[in-house]
Amino acid sequence: MDISKYIELVFTDYTLRTITLGTAILGAITGMLGSFAVLRKQSLLGDAISHAALPGIAIAFLITGAKDTNTLLIGALVSGLIGTFWIKSIVTKTHLKSDTALGLILSVFFGFGMLLLTFIQKQPNANQAGLDKYLFGQAATLVESDVWMMAIVTGLCLIVMLTFWKEFKLLLFDADYTKTLGFNTKFIDILITVFIVLAIVLGLQTVGVVLMSAMLLAPAAAARQWTNSLAKMVFLAAIFGAFSGVFGTAISSTQNNLSTGPVIVLVASVFVAFSFIFSPSRGLLFKQIRVLKNRRDLELHKTLAFMYHIAETHDNISHPHKIKLLNNFQGYTKSTLQKLVDKNYVERNGSMWNLTQIGFETAANLYTKQETEDE
Amino acid sequence: MNSAQIEIQLIASLVAIACAIPGTFLVLRKMAMISDAISHAILPGIVIGFFVTQDLNSPVLILLAALTGIITVVLVEYIQKTGLVKEDTAIGLVFPALFSIGVILIAKNANDVHLDVDAVLLGELAFAPFDRLLIGGTDVGPKSLWVIGSILLVTISLLILFFKELKVSTFDTGLSASLGFSPAIIHYGLMSVSSVTTVGAFDAVGAILVVALMIAPAASAYLLTTDLKKMLALAISFGVFSAVFGYWVAHWLDASIAGSITTMLGIVFLLVYLFAPSKGIIAVMYRERQQRTEVSLLTFLLHLKNHEELEERHVNHLYEHINWQKVRARSVLDLAQKNNMILIEKNIVSLTKKGNEFTSKAIDYIITNEDSQIEDMKDDFFLFRG
Repeated sequence: MDISKYIELVFTDYTLRTITLGTAILGAITGMLGSFAVLRKQSLLGDAISHAALPGIAIAFLITGAKDTNTLLIGALVSGLIGTFWIKSIVTKTHLKSDTALGLILSVFFGFGMLLLTFIQKQPNANQAGLDKYLFGQAATLVESDVWMMAIVTGLCLIVMLTFWKEFKLLLFDADYTKTLGFNTKFIDILITVFIVLAIVLGLQTVGVVLMSAMLLAPAAAARQWTNSLAKMVFLAAIFGAFSGVFGTAISSTQNNLSTGPVIVLVASVFVAFSFIFSPSRGLLFKQIRVLKNRRDLELHKTLAFMYHIAETHDNISHPHKIKLLNNFQGYTKSTLQKLVDKNYVERNGSMWNLTQIGFETAANLYTKQETEDE
Repeated sequence: MNSAQIEIQLIASLVAIACAIPGTFLVLRKMAMISDAISHAILPGIVIGFFVTQDLNSPVLILLAALTGIITVVLVEYIQKTGLVKEDTAIGLVFPALFSIGVILIAKNANDVHLDVDAVLLGELAFAPFDRLLIGGTDVGPKSLWVIGSILLVTISLLILFFKELKVSTFDTGLSASLGFSPAIIHYGLMSVSSVTTVGAFDAVGAILVVALMIAPAASAYLLTTDLKKMLALAISFGVFSAVFGYWVAHWLDASIAGSITTMLGIVFLLVYLFAPSKGIIAVMYRERQQRTEVSLLTFLLHLKNHEELEERHVNHLYEHINWQKVRARSVLDLAQKNNMILIEKNIVSLTKKGNEFTSKAIDYIITNEDSQIEDMKDDFFLFRG
């Protein structure tokens, strides 16, 4: 199937349109809220919350006996919140560290959820089939009302975020200062946490319990590499998340036997890898290039300094010297000499070289801080 | 109890012991989440290993999968070292990606692979006794019993051999490095043992239970003791208890054994978390309340010491001036009276000789922060024990 045909299908085919739209909105909201989770150093909280939501789904089903998505998600929300606040209480009230608390709640809640799910499966209730779609998610089961639900929550989240933007930002970077300013930090903190839990719960149906944390982290971690501004980061993370959703859906729908959740996660991971390598200011590639450039500059400076010390011993700074003289100096190569010539610091005549006036002055200023020109 | 049931409980108990040992060190080293990452990330290793060997219990598969676990750790550390993201984010990025690859590999080869993602997460302990190891035609027991048994044997011998080194490097990395034990070797050794244990146990009990068995017993034990050997012993007993008890609960509910064992672990932790003698939540809250009352008491005594005027020392004044709620004021007053520190005559409160001395000492302590002066007060008051 070629691309134009696929794009046409996205707009005409009901299922594909719903799924694409759903995953895109999901990617956007998780990316947005994920930025806060990543910056608050709560990256793995998402993992714990999504696992902790599982027993809620099972209990909601046991109580209502119906498989209505919204009811199940409310159950997930409640149990996710219980898990989150239990983690917080373990960390603050005991000497167990956050990693232990996270791993503990994650595995225990998930195990309990699985116990309930297997228990439900043995029940004589024909309605129970399909609850395990929440484990890995099934984007194919998205219907229009689910997408509306996601859109409404995203809208709500946007409104709250814009209203409390200043407070969120303050709390993120300087919690103590926020407190001294008189803001209710506990309230803001709970507000952010609740929205993160909400976003995770929304994604359970699509991506599933196990992989949901990546949806939260990956777009934010990718966005972080491109900017130092929170607003830009949140915006970029939303874009990355949405594109992961769209591309992931596209790839999985054109292949057989490819579930959407893992593909979306892999696409998001590719975004992260790309950002890690190619981001201009923080990326590994440009960092390496900068290191190499600095090393070359240093060699150039060393050569120039060496020449300066030779030239210093003569009255006339432009007194020519043999190139051979430079050979026992480490930083010297033919190319560095050529570069110095190109920069007009040095003149070369056959096997002789001499410093120019500019070169002499630059070299003299090399180790003083007066040099304003950035090489 | 038939022989299959005994075998299941035996396997579950061995897994519990094999997980509790590395788990204790992971919890102490604040690397508990690494076990979660490993347990997810070994999936592609298992799938690829399965393509190669066609046998879930083959040692080659276990080594291949354990290698994936170690690769995960290395990858997490590499990403962390670039400084682009924090450690926890690095963990959260690596394992879902690897797990996704595993899920996709399984889905794409669904026809060739007798592997089911649900089974990967949950394991199927109930079927473990049916897969038997035959040596020369004789039945020597379930395969997974042998697998986990040998892993446990290796783990225990490593633990005994390197106990001192592990202990030192866990609590003081700097000291252990200066003593000549390479922290890197111990770190990767522990990671390797964790990976191998995770892989070996995962067939029997699934990825999530491995995490639970590693973290929950150790976390519960850590709330009860600060002695490493006791902590190991406690963690192992919690694990084995949950394994056996969880099995019977699952039997009774006719539900997943792994899920039931995990739930038991959760209940054990919850009980310890609530009722642990000094670090449990009830003990902590009781202590905090005591301390609050004692601070109030001290404030009150100081107030009395500083005011000679009768109206400042009237009982009703407590409510107005110091602005305590009545209940609080009552309990503070009672506490002071019980300790013979105040006298109440006609609703006028005054310090006794003992109360006067106590207050002076307390002020001295607050100002100088010297312990020796208040030794005898420590028995009565939590406040000065900190």
